[in-house]
Amino acid sequence: MTDPRQTPVLEARGLVKRYGHVTALDGADFQLLAGEILLDGKPVRFHNPLDARRQGIETVYQDLAVAPAMSIAENLFLGREPKRTGLLGWLGALDKKRMLAEAMRHMQSLKIGIRSMKQAVETLSGGQRQGVAVARSAAFARHVVIMDEPTAALGVKEGNMVLELIRRVRDRGLPVILISHNMPHVFEIADRIHIARLGKRAAVVNPKHISMSDTVAVMTGAKRPEELPAQALA
Amino acid sequence: MLPDLATASPTSIRGRLLAHLPPVATLGPLLALFLAGAFFTSQTDRFLSGSNFSLILQQVMVVGVVAIGQTLVILTAGIDLSCGMLMAIGSIVTTKLAVDSEMNPYLAILCGLLVSTAFGFLNGALITRVKLPAFIVTLGTLNIAFAITQIYSKSQTVSGLPEALEFFGRTFRVGQTAVTYGTVLMLIMYLVAWFVLRDTAPGRHVYALGNNAEATRLMGIDTARMLLVVYTLAGFVYGIAALLLVARTGVGDPQAGQTDNLDSITAVVLGGTSLFGGRGNILGTLLGALIVGVFRNGLTLMGVASVYQILITGILVILAVTTDQLSRRKG
Repeated sequence: MTDPRQTPVLEARGLVKRYGHVTALDGADFQLLAGEILLDGKPVRFHNPLDARRQGIETVYQDLAVAPAMSIAENLFLGREPKRTGLLGWLGALDKKRMLAEAMRHMQSLKIGIRSMKQAVETLSGGQRQGVAVARSAAFARHVVIMDEPTAALGVKEGNMVLELIRRVRDRGLPVILISHNMPHVFEIADRIHIARLGKRAAVVNPKHISMSDTVAVMTGAKRPEELPAQALA
Repeated sequence: MLPDLATASPTSIRGRLLAHLPPVATLGPLLALFLAGAFFTSQTDRFLSGSNFSLILQQVMVVGVVAIGQTLVILTAGIDLSCGMLMAIGSIVTTKLAVDSEMNPYLAILCGLLVSTAFGFLNGALITRVKLPAFIVTLGTLNIAFAITQIYSKSQTVSGLPEALEFFGRTFRVGQTAVTYGTVLMLIMYLVAWFVLRDTAPGRHVYALGNNAEATRLMGIDTARMLLVVYTLAGFVYGIAALLLVARTGVGDPQAGQTDNLDSITAVVLGGTSLFGGRGNILGTLLGALIVGVFRNGLTLMGVASVYQILITGILVILAVTTDQLSRRKG
């Protein structure tokens, strides 16, 4: 029997993404065949964020992608609101009671103790807002959560809180891809590190057997991956 | 372990209060309406009467309906300067076809609605596909619709309307007050809009779009399509306002609708909806429209000339926007 941990949940190979003349990804692989994305071994295609979400992939963004004047419950369910049953449901009425109760459950399961899910997100601190975004992704992700610089917009203390939340999501058995420049954060929570250089994956390393400075050296090109000790490579 | 997240009360006392109190923005307009009513009652004994209330309601129904479309647009953080002219062109198309071309009046109504709606669609398409600012697009369509209205009608008033076009101007009595069917239609439209905006997913997405368009898109909501629908729907609503206008005045007037642009924005803003989008309440707009109506009516009863009324409306709208702006800055 194969160890399920050895079977990649998400595989992407030969990805290319350009923004104008800047090439962000240049044939990048990510454990993830030419320009293919495999989910549980099956090829999938995404045309927009909704396709990815439907496949059980959730993303947390750097810039706190929340609607400030709306409630925590509404932000958690934005785009996926449950409807009521009966005539009102047929008319399109949302099941607000269920939204509030489930929002509370999701937030509590990550130990984010906010009293009222009716509270507008703008009344929360930056860390708490990102907490709402993390809870949202954890609530709906079935395969993987991608976190794109989730702590970049936050202060040190708040960043650490969000890091703790990410650890809790991971401990539940949900794979997390953390995209970050913040080496202390990466080393604190990552099980494996993919080092990206010039739009390609330079190396996959084990954070237990490599130093931060070696990681940065590979990222900046000061050191070639072959120069790393064998045990550092994952 | 996580002190702040664990206790996780909102960051400030003000924040905590905000979470539990209804927004001041929704109480303000009600208070303003009562104060204005009390003021005019003290100034003229003709204000507080059933017949005067009928008059206010009839005056309010047209701008009241236009303001529904305007509210939808402003909630998405947009603006519609063309609303009055989209209404005017709808009313001229309907009356010209029904009177001069002797078309079946119901078919003529349909054509008028179609023209207003098509202009709304044009606004939405230019804003979402060509990605032009709403302000410039609707300023452009305002002028285009106005010019076509003048050319098509040769700037002549259309009179001798068939009965079917006057239905919404007819009245029934509730106590001393004569209420038009148009007013009833307006109230029904407000209730429908209120339900949709407050309780359904598309309604909540309008708020989310006005709050944070990029976040809304990332949550898988097709925001471009939503904006297109909102501007098109607004055009349709102005088409209905055109029917009420025709029914109330009994003519097709090519000069109509010129004050409704600013009046509808005034009603929306007085009603506590933020011009920055994503915050507000459609029932506030109804109160806002009533405030505008009460001011116009009360000042007329006091014998204040109409230029001063325009002056006062201008001051009102700036006061309301200032209040909105200041409350955001504090937050």
